[in-house]
Amino acid sequence: MRFIDEFRDGELARGLAAAIRQHARGDRDYHFMEFCGGHTHAISRYGVTDLLPGHVRMIHGPGCPVCVLPIGRIDMAIRLVREAGVTLCSYGDPMRVPASGGLSLLKAKAALGRAGVGGDIRMVYSGADALTLAQRNPQRQVVFFAIGFETTTPPTAVLIKQARALGLGNFSVLCCHVLTPSAIASILESPEVRQWGTVPLDGFIGPAHVSTIIGTRPYEFFAEEYRKPVVIAGFEPLDVMQAILMLIEQVNSGRAVVENEFSRAVTRDGNRKAQDLVAEVFELRRSFAWRGLGELPYSALRIRREFADFDAERRFAVGYEAVADHPACECGAILRGVKRPQECRIFGSVCTPENPIGSCMVSSEGACAAHYSFGRFTDLAEAP
Amino acid sequence: MNGVRKGYVRPLDLRQGRVDMTHGSGGRAMAQLIEELFTSRLGNAYLGQGNDAAVLPIPPGRLVMSTDAHVVSPLFFPGGDIGCLSVHGTINDVAVMGATPLYLAASFILEEGFPLGDLARIVESMAAAAGDAAVPVVTGDTKVVQKGMGDGVYITTTGVGVVAEGQELSGDRARPGDRIIVSGSIGEHGMAIMAQRESIGFAAPIVSDTAALHGLIAAMRASGAAIRALRDPTRGGVATTLNEIARQSGVGMMLQESALPVQAEVAAACEFLGLDPLYVANEGKLLAIVALEDADSLLAAMHAHPLGQRAALIGTVHRDAQHFVQMTTAFGGRRIVDWLTGEQLPRIC
Amino acid sequence: MCLALPCRVVELRPDDMAVIDMAGVGKEISLALVDDVVVGDYVIVHVGYALTRLDPDEADKTLALFAELGEAALQETTAG
Ligand code: SF4
Repeated sequence: MRFIDEFRDGELARGLAAAIRQHARGDRDYHFMEFCGGHTHAISRYGVTDLLPGHVRMIHGPGCPVCVLPIGRIDMAIRLVREAGVTLCSYGDPMRVPASGGLSLLKAKAALGRAGVGGDIRMVYSGADALTLAQRNPQRQVVFFAIGFETTTPPTAVLIKQARALGLGNFSVLCCHVLTPSAIASILESPEVRQWGTVPLDGFIGPAHVSTIIGTRPYEFFAEEYRKPVVIAGFEPLDVMQAILMLIEQVNSGRAVVENEFSRAVTRDGNRKAQDLVAEVFELRRSFAWRGLGELPYSALRIRREFADFDAERRFAVGYEAVADHPACECGAILRGVKRPQECRIFGSVCTPENPIGSCMVSSEGACAAHYSFGRFTDLAEAP
Repeated sequence: MNGVRKGYVRPLDLRQGRVDMTHGSGGRAMAQLIEELFTSRLGNAYLGQGNDAAVLPIPPGRLVMSTDAHVVSPLFFPGGDIGCLSVHGTINDVAVMGATPLYLAASFILEEGFPLGDLARIVESMAAAAGDAAVPVVTGDTKVVQKGMGDGVYITTTGVGVVAEGQELSGDRARPGDRIIVSGSIGEHGMAIMAQRESIGFAAPIVSDTAALHGLIAAMRASGAAIRALRDPTRGGVATTLNEIARQSGVGMMLQESALPVQAEVAAACEFLGLDPLYVANEGKLLAIVALEDADSLLAAMHAHPLGQRAALIGTVHRDAQHFVQMTTAFGGRRIVDWLTGEQLPRIC
Repeated sequence: MCLALPCRVVELRPDDMAVIDMAGVGKEISLALVDDVVVGDYVIVHVGYALTRLDPDEADKTLALFAELGEAALQETTAG
């Protein structure tokens, strides 16, 4: 696989590992947060941690649109199916996310009536499949459960515009698109991080795929305002290692700027065409609830009035009702880097990938799930 | 009165005909379906007796028995269909116990409205698979369920075989130092099925690996190697099967990612969907745990068999109180290869 | 994160659609978000949409940089 396999090369990895060892000063620790679950996945999937010196530590951030989806939003999707009888189309990822009453989309699907009667839940690979389904079944209301960061938003915008061009009266979108920079801001604003010394956070690895759309510019504010270096990096393991090396160099030289490791597809300005489409169809929400992080101002998008016909929230009058997270769950602290998964009381006992309690255990990229499936042996090795 | 011959019964219409409720009612329509569609294709002396059960001779040894329900969507996929799959799957379950598979029983649940032509194709494919494997289907049953209550066809097959005294293959016999061998490239069946799903829409030359493994296993046993355990890594893939063996035997395992045989197309399709080939189903592959000193001779015997040409040594068994299956990645790190969690769902993130 | 992969465009189709290939796996995707793609271009594909083009020269430069940094470090390690 061209442009993939080369970036997983073990030989080059050894070289970069040596460079990291050389540059990482022995008299200090380095704590970097990989914001995005994709990096978390790459780190565990390829065993990147084994190639890093012990004093370079990675903190798993909140970066997975599934992990941050609040219970109330899944509840809404389930209510659309059960009460309004719609056919809900969802990407595979949110299917297992816990909702209220011990439900999830997968469990709600199992509890549905016979096929063809009442509401339905379908898994799709692309939102375009939901649109096709609506075209083929004009008698059914089809709702696309749109989740994701800036990367997944432009495709949803395209869909909504297509639906309008086709004059589809039976297609709408339950919009749960969220914005990356707001989440980073909330982490940097949290008291633990602000108060010097409580949580050491020396820099961020930013997600390349988000930046293919938004560019690197939105991060410049963080670098300046909070004096934190940011490196936008790809999702192959060599990209992650190079980003770590770049962060170490910035820290050593006292710089805090935005650097771009993914120059093969990311520019400062991003994809203007996609940005314009998003701006045409969506507008900022005043506030949106993130699982683990709480209500964050201007951190999500909703569908503009001009496209209200395609907004499932307006069409079906299902309101959002906040639902509290499990009291023992430490997701919030984990997402801010204050705690590690193994410090949660119910990690690996009550909360497991088979029976996730908190959001960080849901997607395989959530910090807790990643640690459960890939990292437990390091705990054992560390145990005295 | 007219030109119809005496005793003539209008044959089943395999072009336009469909399964209907009378095919399961026990009357003449059912008898005709069984005779024309099933017995004629699967034909053998035992089935031909037309009794409710088959009376069978068994060679000396201990009886091994296994049963497996087969549901697959789509019913026809590149490399096979539910018919041959239901034969191979059960033969393999018997064979990995070290047994010689002898007989199969098959029961069909048919959905009202299912095209008779498709059913005939499925039964033909079963007959061909059973014929190639020399394991006859000796008894069977069909039931019909109402439209909407089934997914076309479900097939449950039961297999029996014999294994000689003293032949002990079992998942609890892996010992530290043993080697782990896989008989070929992994993940093909699962990805062949996945690529067919409408919503994914891949054009990929991925073909299911469905195959009966008893011939390969016979060749492996003939090599005289000290095989501890054999298992076919179907649902849940290689990762899940190895975790089962590690737990049963109370050991840990270390795999080498670079040694894992994976076809380029399977790897690419997995990348697309965010899946890991280690967790994708196989229907014609086996995992063998073998004593260190016999690993090479066993591999050589496997390479000489058509179904074992790409056999590879993929890891070792070691002592581990936690029974972890781990892997040294091609990148140079380590990771845990855990049990499959839930279903393998295609991901976007 | 967002699962997205570099794929080669092998065919352009009407309505902003295209066929991509990755190691023998073909798939129809949308080019609605990217202008002026030609056959042979590499694009980064996410949920069936091309997000942007991939610049092969930049990719090669990045790889060369990895190699250079690594070699320098390894040499210094052995020398030291
Ligand atoms: S282990 Fe479960 S409950 Fe604990 S922090 Fe992680 S997701 Fe939340």
